[in-house]
Amino acid sequence: MTAPALLESRGLTVRFGGLLALNALDIDVRHGEVLGLIGPNGSGKTTFLNVISGVYSASAGSIRLDGADITTASAQHLSASGLARTFQRSRLCLPLSVFDNIVLGAQKRLNSGLWHNLIQRKALAAEVRAIAAEARELLYVFNPTLADKLYDPAISLGMIDRRRVEICRALIGKPKLVLLDEPSAGMTHDETDQVVDEILGIRKSLGGLTIIIVEHEMGLIERVTDRCVVLNYGKKICEGKFRDVASDPVVREAYLGQS
Amino acid sequence: MSALPSHKPARVWPLIVAVAFAAASLTTLVLIENQKLLGLTLAGIAALCFAAARFGGVAATEAAASENPWLLRGLVLIAAMAVLFVLRDDNFGLLMVATVLIYATVCIGLTIQMGYTGLTNFAAAAFVGTGGYTAAMLGQKGGLPDIVVLISGGLIAVFIGSLLILPVLRTRGHYAALTTLAFGVMFTVFLDANELLGGPQGLKIPGINLFGWDFSDDLHIAGYTFSFYVNYVILTGAVTALTMVLTGLLDRSWIGVWLDVVRLDETAASVFGLKVGRWKVLAFTLGNFLAGLMGAIYAKMTGFIAPSNFTFGDSLVMVSIVILGGIGNRWGVLPAALIVVLLPEKLQFIQEYRLLLYALVVIVILVVQPDGLVARRVRTLRMEARS
Repeated sequence: MTAPALLESRGLTVRFGGLLALNALDIDVRHGEVLGLIGPNGSGKTTFLNVISGVYSASAGSIRLDGADITTASAQHLSASGLARTFQRSRLCLPLSVFDNIVLGAQKRLNSGLWHNLIQRKALAAEVRAIAAEARELLYVFNPTLADKLYDPAISLGMIDRRRVEICRALIGKPKLVLLDEPSAGMTHDETDQVVDEILGIRKSLGGLTIIIVEHEMGLIERVTDRCVVLNYGKKICEGKFRDVASDPVVREAYLGQS
Repeated sequence: MSALPSHKPARVWPLIVAVAFAAASLTTLVLIENQKLLGLTLAGIAALCFAAARFGGVAATEAAASENPWLLRGLVLIAAMAVLFVLRDDNFGLLMVATVLIYATVCIGLTIQMGYTGLTNFAAAAFVGTGGYTAAMLGQKGGLPDIVVLISGGLIAVFIGSLLILPVLRTRGHYAALTTLAFGVMFTVFLDANELLGGPQGLKIPGINLFGWDFSDDLHIAGYTFSFYVNYVILTGAVTALTMVLTGLLDRSWIGVWLDVVRLDETAASVFGLKVGRWKVLAFTLGNFLAGLMGAIYAKMTGFIAPSNFTFGDSLVMVSIVILGGIGNRWGVLPAALIVVLLPEKLQFIQEYRLLLYALVVIVILVVQPDGLVARRVRTLRMEARS
């Protein structure tokens, strides 16, 4: 490999009591690529996302982001160093407006000082205007009608729009690396296709965004990923282009059971 | 900003009617002695409020208020002066109004803690008591200006709260609530046993004197005599108003969003970089400061405090005001505090059954309005629409 990877995990291991959720994983994510993470249920895909985004901590091994060791970094630190994610089950704050939800993703570049927020209301209003314009622009790329619902409560949106808002929340912080955990979960086939098109569109317009995507929907994986890593029982069993991976006998066995 | 839909300027008269209605209701409820009339008036007010909500009056008032915040503040000031003028020689009524304002302000602090940040605090009365006892002890020593005494009440409550914050931060939800509950119960036990703090007999405290303005003197303005309690209503009213304005600004800012996210989803909050502990500490501190400050004012107003003023039961009453008002809506605590403080006083005629009847009223309100008297609205940080 010529250029150093954006994210490198070496010997990454996570144990939950006696269960080995991740077993000595070596995974590289290159700059600008879309890496698909696939495998049967319980193979450790979401655990991998949780440990690199700081929700769980690693039992052994190391993770480096852009050359810096982030193995023991807090979720807050990881967010500041350019990591953003979505969740398998929607984690929007449903009673809050779409705008409030998206703004959370931009938290690190907003001024949270008491003086600024309570007294310097003009400066705050300017910040609100700037972020609202950015949020509108992002939402517009996904779904033009969603841009008009900026101040509607998130609970009033359908599943597909909630997923779009979650992705916008991850993108507005201008992250280096975005983790998408099952973007198709809870959606119909057509809706999934739509979201895939939108993800591809947004990647084009943002230029060279690096994404790790965990997904069960193989059609989606085939269309968006540059490369795939297949996990089974916390171990990497295969790596490569989707077409090659899909025809690999070891992968077929993991998915379909021993024949 | 031509792309934005232009807003139709809201009419101002719904706001005028609403403020006048609130002031008239408050005055009537305080003045009324006859039980049948009280029942009729309450039913009438409830019916009018219901009709206003049903036929868009409430929405129109809210629109007018958010378009003209300064008009609202001016109207409230005028209405407050009118209420004070009508009640000028009614000592008991004025004392009740000041008590309602004290409860309301403590409950705005609780709204920041519980409604915004999700920190359930079952020790609000203990923090109020901390402020009260601070004022009493500092007052006995003498020499300190009262402004320092009052603010110390808030600061000592913050200090005591900071001893409690570690277990509160290390636990979540019900467990954090349990920590505060334990403190609330411990507080009265400690006071009862402590000789220095007067034990169960309590302590006497002199009234307030702010920069030469002696609160125990009657006021004479333009030939009218105002009871000295007017001083306390002015002070508590000013603090409540300031607290309302600042809490509103807090809610309509980034900090307001962060506090909500901390309440709704700690995992999402920390994944997107929020320091959850820091925001909990801020909310806990603000709420406890308000409780301590109001406790100091309360102690000096009533002139006497005892452990029985700050029991766990009183903390529960404060939590019930927040829930009754509509959790997370700072406007809701005003009518809720009025009902909770006034009703038991007005129902003296049925003696020991009064708490039963009062509890029944609270339950009925929550059955009819499960989100409280004034349900929380979705925040719209729409500052780009103006200026």
